[in-house]
Amino acid sequence: MAASPVLPKLVGQRVKRREDPRLIQGLGTYVDDIKIVGMQHVAFKRSDLAHARILSVETSEAAAMPGVEAVLTGAQIAEFVDPMPIGTPFPSPDHRAVATDIVRYVGEPVAVVVASDRYLARDAADTIVIDYEPLPAVVDPERAMTGQPTQVHADFENNLAVALVPGGTGVSADLQTVDDSAVDAAFAAADVVVSQRMHNQRLAPTAMEARGVVAHYERGKDTMTIWSSTQNPHILRTFIAGMNGMGQDQVRAIAPEVGGGFGAKINIYGEEYVVAGLSKKLGLPLKWAEDRSEAFLATTHGRDIIGYIDLAATRDGKVLGMKLRLVADIGAYNMLLTAAIPTLTMMMANATYDIPAIRATLTEVFTNKTPTDAYRGAGRPEATYFVERGMDILATELGMDPAELRRKNFIQPDQFPYATQMGAVYDSGDYEKALDLGLKNADWDAMKQERDAARAEGRLVGMGLAMYVEVCGLGPSSSLPTGGWEHSQVTIERDGRISATTGASPHGQGNETTFGQMLADQFGVPLEHITIHHGDTGVVKQGIGTFGSRSQAVGGTALHLAGGKVKEKMAKFAAALIEAHEDDLVFEDGRISVKGVPDSGKTFAEVAGYAYVPVPLPEGLTPGLSEEAFFEPANNTYPFGCHISLVEVDRDTGEPTLLRLVAVDDAGNLINPLIVEGQIHGGLAQGIGQAMIEEVAYSEDGQPLTASFMDYAIPRAADFPRFELDNTVTPTPVNPLGAKGVGEAGTLGSTPCIVSATVDALSEFGVKHIDMMLRPEKLWQIIHGGQS
Amino acid sequence: MAQVTLTVNGKQRTAEVEPRMLLVHFLREQLMLTGTHVGCDTSQCGACTVLVDGRSAKACTLFAVQADGSEVTTIEGLADGDALHPLQDGFWEEHGLQCGYCTPGMIMSAVNLLNDNPAPSEAEIRHGLDGNFCRCTGYQHIVNAVQHAAGTASKE
Ligand code: FES
Ligand code: FES
Repeated sequence: MAASPVLPKLVGQRVKRREDPRLIQGLGTYVDDIKIVGMQHVAFKRSDLAHARILSVETSEAAAMPGVEAVLTGAQIAEFVDPMPIGTPFPSPDHRAVATDIVRYVGEPVAVVVASDRYLARDAADTIVIDYEPLPAVVDPERAMTGQPTQVHADFENNLAVALVPGGTGVSADLQTVDDSAVDAAFAAADVVVSQRMHNQRLAPTAMEARGVVAHYERGKDTMTIWSSTQNPHILRTFIAGMNGMGQDQVRAIAPEVGGGFGAKINIYGEEYVVAGLSKKLGLPLKWAEDRSEAFLATTHGRDIIGYIDLAATRDGKVLGMKLRLVADIGAYNMLLTAAIPTLTMMMANATYDIPAIRATLTEVFTNKTPTDAYRGAGRPEATYFVERGMDILATELGMDPAELRRKNFIQPDQFPYATQMGAVYDSGDYEKALDLGLKNADWDAMKQERDAARAEGRLVGMGLAMYVEVCGLGPSSSLPTGGWEHSQVTIERDGRISATTGASPHGQGNETTFGQMLADQFGVPLEHITIHHGDTGVVKQGIGTFGSRSQAVGGTALHLAGGKVKEKMAKFAAALIEAHEDDLVFEDGRISVKGVPDSGKTFAEVAGYAYVPVPLPEGLTPGLSEEAFFEPANNTYPFGCHISLVEVDRDTGEPTLLRLVAVDDAGNLINPLIVEGQIHGGLAQGIGQAMIEEVAYSEDGQPLTASFMDYAIPRAADFPRFELDNTVTPTPVNPLGAKGVGEAGTLGSTPCIVSATVDALSEFGVKHIDMMLRPEKLWQIIHGGQS
Repeated sequence: MAQVTLTVNGKQRTAEVEPRMLLVHFLREQLMLTGTHVGCDTSQCGACTVLVDGRSAKACTLFAVQADGSEVTTIEGLADGDALHPLQDGFWEEHGLQCGYCTPGMIMSAVNLLNDNPAPSEAEIRHGLDGNFCRCTGYQHIVNAVQHAAGTASKE
């Protein structure tokens, strides 16, 4: 018998990705690459006013164009597409996939065209004439809260989508009683109080692949297949079935190759309902592919929240209390998770600190802008930003080193699990370790000298530091209205190869590789013998999806558990075949054999073959090797880290340059450090982008000013220095892998630490805080004596 | 309708197209070469980058009729049979992609970059890829990928 190759252990290794060969050769299939015979193209006519009453929609010219299959107004769509559901328990106004009487933001769909060709569909949409009665628009949430100058939704007084919700110390679980005494006492006892209003600006998530949908209703079978560029095909299936009066068994949702999501592809959009509904109504396969200019208007935005922070501290830097008043501008409508995102900001107000008294409040406001929803980090970068900027302002006020102020207030390792004032239970952490490694890698003291030397030359250089803790691995179901579990099925095929499914549908995360690594180790088989199936509800029985940095922590654990179950069964078959005791068996190098006696065993394929033709059938066993598992974590995970930056501002132009970015991240145990690095890089790029160059802007009458790449800056390669990464490892007890999740980490610490570094760079001008983005003009004004 | 004849990935193709049809749509919709992507409508993202007569070009800035008589190379035509192009190899080795959507255009731009400058510095690579957006990677692994292909990789 030929000796089996010795297979290296793969978990923890920098394994290059199995997804890549197809993607680097242009062989991946994204939604817009799908073609079906007879497929027609859909285009949406969208509102170009922020707030207006629709008086008439004239579609006759479009309808008469040769090749145009159908033209429908909002009212006609409403005959077969119900108002859009949301996924949170908050009150929500009536929201039609295509507006029927009033438009509430620029980009809201008003009419729909179906035509034989995508150019023609667009041409036809352009001929539609809409007569509007303009209404006043509101874009400033704090103005909107006064009910002026307009009501976005008649039945939401003062535009309050979520009226003041209290949280923190002294708030009863039902939110009915609020006892302020502890917070008041903290502020009364303080030597120092610092206060600051900050804006965490609106951003466009901007996956490089815009959205797209193909829907194919097959009348003969009464089934619907919908391909969509989505992060969660199972949730899509649920909603598409519900909206079309179909059973979930009749709908198959497929997320093919998905070109990035960043939270904006969690939502189930009106376009998905319309394309699916129209396919069923017309009996035609239909495609809609979003243009980039459409995406800036019609794909959900992120962030846009104002924070008023007050920190009360002793003279020597112990924080006694915090107040955080949040006003979130959610835009014109509640989408799937819209209202829940700012609640995560509130939830994470404790940050990494042992703050004895906190009062946070949250108000969510409708305005005439594109709706917001999740964007990478989703609520946690906002919390981190407010608290970390607050800590920096406090450090300046106290004349303390920002690192030492943090050190003085950390939750200590022996305090975990730590119940925060905000109701979270942090699983594990060692914040000081991350801080110390960050300081060491940045060479904090040398950085100070470098900064001071540069200043002596008249240069404007500053350094900033931020700690973060985030909530990841979203689950359990009590914290997630969609369900907080994940599902996997692992099948040993008859030839000994492994098929596995995961409900954690990836869009760049590399699950085919990381999950393959896990199974390869679990079964002692080559990675090449494993296929991970995902993103297709016809193949993957159940699932939730990929968001909240949950695919490894929750999806990976489900896979691990399903693998464990099938391994147990396989061991029983092997034991019967080898005539050994199952507890004595090892799965190694493609064989199952008695520990220490490799020759005693059978190949993996031999045992698999036996399990499918079990003659004789061992007692107590059924044939076959396929097991599934649901995993629901008992708690979220709480990764953390420390980000440090060095920024220089050009005195003449006000232009900031990021010179260094040092990141220490702790995501617990890592399956593939190469992929983790990539995730952190990508998060950093978005966090830095927010600090420095990204901002969705509107004119006062609600016209978007950043509706293309000409006006909205996506960071480019030359915008970044080489990131300096490192990590500490504090496993979570919440799942057996000890993995916490890392997808969003980079967006948390980078943003405040860059703003802090910039404020530090401009300290000679007495500036205490600068709102993002760090527009050169804004910095120039500070340097040259204008207003900021 | 207008007739165009061009050589795409070494094969001569003749077709009738609307004069306003963009080269990128011609490649994707008529030739079914869907590896070339579309990421914007303002000619900025570079997802559509191909080689036209050996030089990188954004296929959304050209009409198909403008490419009449040209030689076009798309991502599908870059590998030599089963042998990956060194840049494809570099992107794989160095984890230069995540979702993969920007990747074909990024690779084609990098081909042009290395044709012009076979041993670019890191700064030259970063500037050379100015016309290509990636929202996933933060570019560091893309820089490593190009360095890998150029043989200038200096491992951190
Ligand atoms: S699609 Fe051509 S540059 Fe964006
Ligand atoms: S890999 Fe996703 S945009 Fe570059």
